[in-house]
Amino acid sequence: MIVRILSEGQLQVDDSAAAELNSLDAELEKAVNSGDGPAFRSALLALLNRVRELGTPLAADSLEPSDSILPRADADLDEVRSMLTDEGYIPG
Amino acid sequence: MSVMKRVSLIFKSKANKALDRMEDPRETLDYSYQRQLEMLTQVRRGVADVATSRKRVELQMNNLRQQQNKLEGQAKQALGAGREDLAREALGRKGALQSQLTDLESQYHSLQADEEKLTVASQRLQSKVEAFRMQKETIKATYTAAEAQSRIGEAVSGISEEMGDVGMAVQRAQDKTAQMQARAGAIDELMASGALEDMTGTPRDDIQAELDSMRGGQNIEVELQRLKGELGAGSTQAIEGGGTPAADGATQAAAAEQPQAGEGA
Repeated sequence: MIVRILSEGQLQVDDSAAAELNSLDAELEKAVNSGDGPAFRSALLALLNRVRELGTPLAADSLEPSDSILPRADADLDEVRSMLTDEGYIPG
Repeated sequence: MSVMKRVSLIFKSKANKALDRMEDPRETLDYSYQRQLEMLTQVRRGVADVATSRKRVELQMNNLRQQQNKLEGQAKQALGAGREDLAREALGRKGALQSQLTDLESQYHSLQADEEKLTVASQRLQSKVEAFRMQKETIKATYTAAEAQSRIGEAVSGISEEMGDVGMAVQRAQDKTAQMQARAGAIDELMASGALEDMTGTPRDDIQAELDSMRGGQNIEVELQRLKGELGAGSTQAIEGGGTPAADGATQAAAAEQPQAGEGA
């Protein structure tokens, strides 16, 4: 599957990693929902780091859409919340 | 994959809206390509804006460093003249500027990082736009309604995702740059109004004024001695007790030569 980390680019990640990434993603969602800033930060970094470890960057001229998209590493809680709720946040 | 999925769904719905806009899928290709070129212009402008902002912060840092050097020089001068109180005052002001400088330095590094990120994003988008252009021509040349829809859909959603990402980065950089410009403007205004100048030095710099008046005082003494020597008033010298005989002799000799030089001319 292809995962995009916003402001970093796309990575090809083996499908076998889905279960592990799903559980890290569930942690992240829990932190976003509870509004727990420090938990959010560490969950986001844990997920991004794992994707970076497992993934191989796609070529710059690749035109493939991603299966999953992740917030950038320095995104804050409010920003991620508004991304999940407000479509207007993303230009285009 | 809740967060991952939800974010990607939002991007997909944006791409789909772009696809639905046109009746002929081939028009979608041209429309998307136009948007890509606009986005490339935007991201390049973003890089230029951040660079301008960075240079402005750099100039302000240099100004502050100059002021600090000046204060340091004044402190040395004051110490040399035995005025530790003035030296303390100068060093105190130099220290006060340090927090401004530290703040500017962190802004500078942050802008530098933004500039690098946007430059990379701009290059990546450039590669994708070029790849899209070639694919667009191929699809148009071999167009059959049946297969085109899916190929167009994939190419367009792939690149519109990139544009969404880059668009957010440009937006963020522009917001940040605007904030920094406002802060830089505030510092410029402070400098212009003299509020910072008063603290750091010119034009109404009280430390410098005192140092100057001390030196001025010394100069007046030297001038007085010279004038006294020229007048050849030995009795005044005795009363004042100033000047060495050798120096006086030289001055008197010089004074004595002057009328001759004037006569010769």
